[in-house]
Amino acid sequence: MTFGIRRSRPWALPEREVTDEGLWNERRRFLRLGAAAAVAGLAPPVARAAGVPRTPPLAGVRRAPPPPERPNTWEQITGYCNFYEFGTGKRDPARYAGRLRTRPWSVVVEGECERPGEVGIEEILRFPLEERIYRLRCVEGWSMVIPWVGFPLRLLLERFKPTSAARYVAFETLHEPDRMPGQRRTFLDWPYREGLRMDEAVHPLTILAVGLYGRVLPKPNGAPLRLVVPWKYGFKSIKSIVRIRLVREQPPTTWSQAAPHEYGFYANVNPDVPHPRWSQRYERRIGELRRRPTLLFNGYAEQVAHLYAGMDLRRYF
Amino acid sequence: MAEGRRTATQARLRLAQRAAFAAGALPLALVGWRLWQGAYEPDPIAALADETGEWALRVLLATLAMRPLRRLTGWRWPLAVRRTLGLWAFAWASLHLGVYAGLDQYGIWAEIPRDVLERPFVLAGFAGWLLLVPLAVTSTRGWMRRLGARWQRLHRLVYAVAALALLHQWWIVAPKADLTRPLVYLAAFLFLMALRLPAGRVAARLRRA
Repeated sequence: MTFGIRRSRPWALPEREVTDEGLWNERRRFLRLGAAAAVAGLAPPVARAAGVPRTPPLAGVRRAPPPPERPNTWEQITGYCNFYEFGTGKRDPARYAGRLRTRPWSVVVEGECERPGEVGIEEILRFPLEERIYRLRCVEGWSMVIPWVGFPLRLLLERFKPTSAARYVAFETLHEPDRMPGQRRTFLDWPYREGLRMDEAVHPLTILAVGLYGRVLPKPNGAPLRLVVPWKYGFKSIKSIVRIRLVREQPPTTWSQAAPHEYGFYANVNPDVPHPRWSQRYERRIGELRRRPTLLFNGYAEQVAHLYAGMDLRRYF
Repeated sequence: MAEGRRTATQARLRLAQRAAFAAGALPLALVGWRLWQGAYEPDPIAALADETGEWALRVLLATLAMRPLRRLTGWRWPLAVRRTLGLWAFAWASLHLGVYAGLDQYGIWAEIPRDVLERPFVLAGFAGWLLLVPLAVTSTRGWMRRLGARWQRLHRLVYAVAALALLHQWWIVAPKADLTRPLVYLAAFLFLMALRLPAGRVAARLRRA
């Protein structure tokens, strides 16, 4: 049975329904104008951008080649953070981390090494800085692409001559409840602690970051220096570090102590090891609608899978 | 004369219902405004999921507060607006489910049934919404008449819904270690339940006497 004459091109619109090309090209401007008018007319002075102001540029940074994936914006990266020292909301660090004092700053390095000591932030900034554009995957199921500036953690550790007894590296965040309001609450055992196995710590992908987008690392992101381990869930990449300890035994870490059945010491990104309360198979890249599949070791398997050869990743999650 | 007073009361109660309907629309307008303002950037889907879920819980608890309010104050409007509030709770819960299924899981639809079956907190939330459906459907006067005494029994499901909603929230917030918010909602729920205990009723009667 047929229902009348079929048009030869059923997708084609009659001419009268086609928008004039000039208008079509201007559509975004119309929308913007309309939006601007509405906002100007109605809006209270609410900041649309959630991030923090640009920080000063860093000198002498070796730039990375353009990445295959487009980095997230400054506003997204600085305006959407987990930094519980300043509150549990994603926007709290952008609001409150301004209280953090990043000068003077120094890092104590101690434990199983020949030359324990302290190193000031000015000296740390003299390491050869390079841009590293990494994916960051949060255990909560979202991700970003972030252009960090930093240097391999290995370079800093070597300066203190770790002994063969140093099998793990333990890190600690600044503990200053007067300036870090989150630390006045006791839902986590402050200060924040993290740790890596020595081979993970000296892996060339593991960096200490001191910058973002070629600029000084913003406070919400863990100024003045933080760890970045791109194949692990974001909570491993500890912020605002003041102490590094070279140790013999696997050190306790904040989240694995708070909820041992949910967060392990390794915390490698792995789509096949679900978090007890949510799947890790997919992630939403901030700024995108549709979730994308999560990759084993966050897409860095080629570089790091050998570190875990023979290990049961379900047991050592 | 008694007849006239009754119609006046009824008119006032109807006005209260309309006010409740309008009041229920306010948070919806607020959430829409904040969305427009960019307050939910840069992950509006996650923020909308949180907001719609929390409003569903708030309105549900407000619904449960109407009976004790009536008992404590003697006012008649709390019971008159209860259905409107209950339907708003259902609307928020449906929006919440819609944000999850339609936006959060956009394009990976096969994950949804897996998620519901594998994650206790998703299952609790989904079960709570499912139980709300028959309550919303039978909220009309016709269904009240048809079900008679059974209507009351059926609508006691709302307590199970509230318990499931609280469990759902508890489970999703707990890994973030800050339990303040779910504890506040749990306390509100327990308080409303305590007012239903015989002692609470006696106290209310004494206060009115």
